[in-house]
Amino acid sequence: MTAASISPPESSAIVFEDVRIGFEEGEILSGVSFDVRQRETMVLLGETGTGKTLTLKMAAGLLRPSGGRVEVLGETVSKLREKELLAFRQKIGFVFQEGALFDSMTVAENVAYRLREENISEEEIEARVMEVLRFVELEHTLDLLPSELSGGMRRRVSIARALISRPPIVLYDSPTAGLDPVTSQTIITLILRLRDAYGVTALLATHRLQDGFALANFHFDAEAKRVVPNAQNGNARAAAKTAATRFLVYREGKIYFMGEPEEIAESADPYIKRFLV
Amino acid sequence: MAETPLQVAGRQPKREEVISVTGILTDTVKRAVAAVQDYSELSVRAMTNVLTGPHYLQDTLAQMDDVGVGSLPIILLSGFFIGAVMVLQTGSQFVRFGQTSLTGNVVSIALVRELGPAITGLLTAGRCSSGMASELGSMLVTEQVDAMRAMGTDPSRKLVTPRVLAGVLMMPLLTAMMVFVGLLGGCVASVFTLRLTAIEFWRRAIDALEFPDLMQGFSKAVVFGFILATVGCYKGLRVRGGTQGVGRATTQSVVISSVLIIVADLFLTKLSLYLSNKIF
Repeated sequence: MTAASISPPESSAIVFEDVRIGFEEGEILSGVSFDVRQRETMVLLGETGTGKTLTLKMAAGLLRPSGGRVEVLGETVSKLREKELLAFRQKIGFVFQEGALFDSMTVAENVAYRLREENISEEEIEARVMEVLRFVELEHTLDLLPSELSGGMRRRVSIARALISRPPIVLYDSPTAGLDPVTSQTIITLILRLRDAYGVTALLATHRLQDGFALANFHFDAEAKRVVPNAQNGNARAAAKTAATRFLVYREGKIYFMGEPEEIAESADPYIKRFLV
Repeated sequence: MAETPLQVAGRQPKREEVISVTGILTDTVKRAVAAVQDYSELSVRAMTNVLTGPHYLQDTLAQMDDVGVGSLPIILLSGFFIGAVMVLQTGSQFVRFGQTSLTGNVVSIALVRELGPAITGLLTAGRCSSGMASELGSMLVTEQVDAMRAMGTDPSRKLVTPRVLAGVLMMPLLTAMMVFVGLLGGCVASVFTLRLTAIEFWRRAIDALEFPDLMQGFSKAVVFGFILATVGCYKGLRVRGGTQGVGRATTQSVVISSVLIIVADLFLTKLSLYLSNKIF
């Protein structure tokens, strides 16, 4: 199956069709085609500068591709006008690499930002901010400024801010980059809980294969209220079906690999093995 | 994996570019034209945003406070001494002709028509244009502007329009304060050095002014406010090259807005003189 020959199923939440983007320095992505199905998590791997962030930004309509088509939730994002894009982005949650929290606002103001823009009542804003901050276990940081938080906490606030409007799609830009293994695990667990509790579709850019494996091999048990390995249920595939995870690897502006977790796990390819940090 | 080709599709090798003087000149002109177009688009959007919602009143008030109240100390301090220096310089010439009482007229007209708006513009550009460029530039490099867009907010409305409004609304007020304090400084200097009475100085200063003089001074202030805010925002939102780029944008914003203010001053003076002859 070549990348260009993918025919996206109807239930696709995100579709990239022969997408190209480049700057003065040259073309970064040269003809990328893939689709992310509803409730699926697509783990996007690639070295620095291979276009992972650009892919996420194009999916959110923050950048326009120089060629090809980007479709998200049935809307051709690459053709929407800026005014239409502002409305469209209400359906997307974006977690930026360094959090991108507004540094002059408190945690509560950051998280509540989108709701205030929508002129929602203060009582409802307060309740929803507490709900999402409780979800990321940071309800005690309401009045702190982002500069007073640790790197991991900033990412968690960023996740809380992204999910405040309960978007069906969340885009994560290297959410574990620059974090220690323990904090990285906390972030991945959070993403996993978000996926299983809210059923969001996700496109997750990372340079750590482990992040993807964690998402593929674990799920959040709502009854036990903890993250458990899929194998515990005795039917790993059945569990994986409810929240499928696929992998996409970029190299030199093209799709180098796209497939299921088992396929990438069994791969002996030296380029793919580089991501096993 | 089996269906996905595991070969690296290499990029097309770049062709060797031949560097020529004409090529460099063409590129420079193209870039300059594109920058002017980009700046004009940002400025027009900043103003047209006022006509349609959503409006960010809180942000506008905060910017008005920063540009207006924040710039007041340097404007007042500079204004006082500029007025005093003007009296010393012009007074020494009037002494020769025994017409020291005319000092009030000269200082008043010069401050209202020219020095008030120009110096307020240059000082505010140094303080606020750089502040706007560095603040917006930092927001851009830390992806806060993208985060804003990702959450459905138009940065032009939220960041640019409040700053441009603050510049346009606050500059005439700052100019008025500058002129008043400048005349105060001039009065003190003329009382102590030219032995004029304060009443005589103020009477001369007020009598010398006509409506077209005020119009000229305040319309310049509005334009200078627009220039310093739009240049600051433009340089901030077009930062390239990380934190080093923010520093560069900050410097450029002050240089460009100062030069533009001085150039605009000439044309506005000519236009104002033409209009005052035609209308008044």
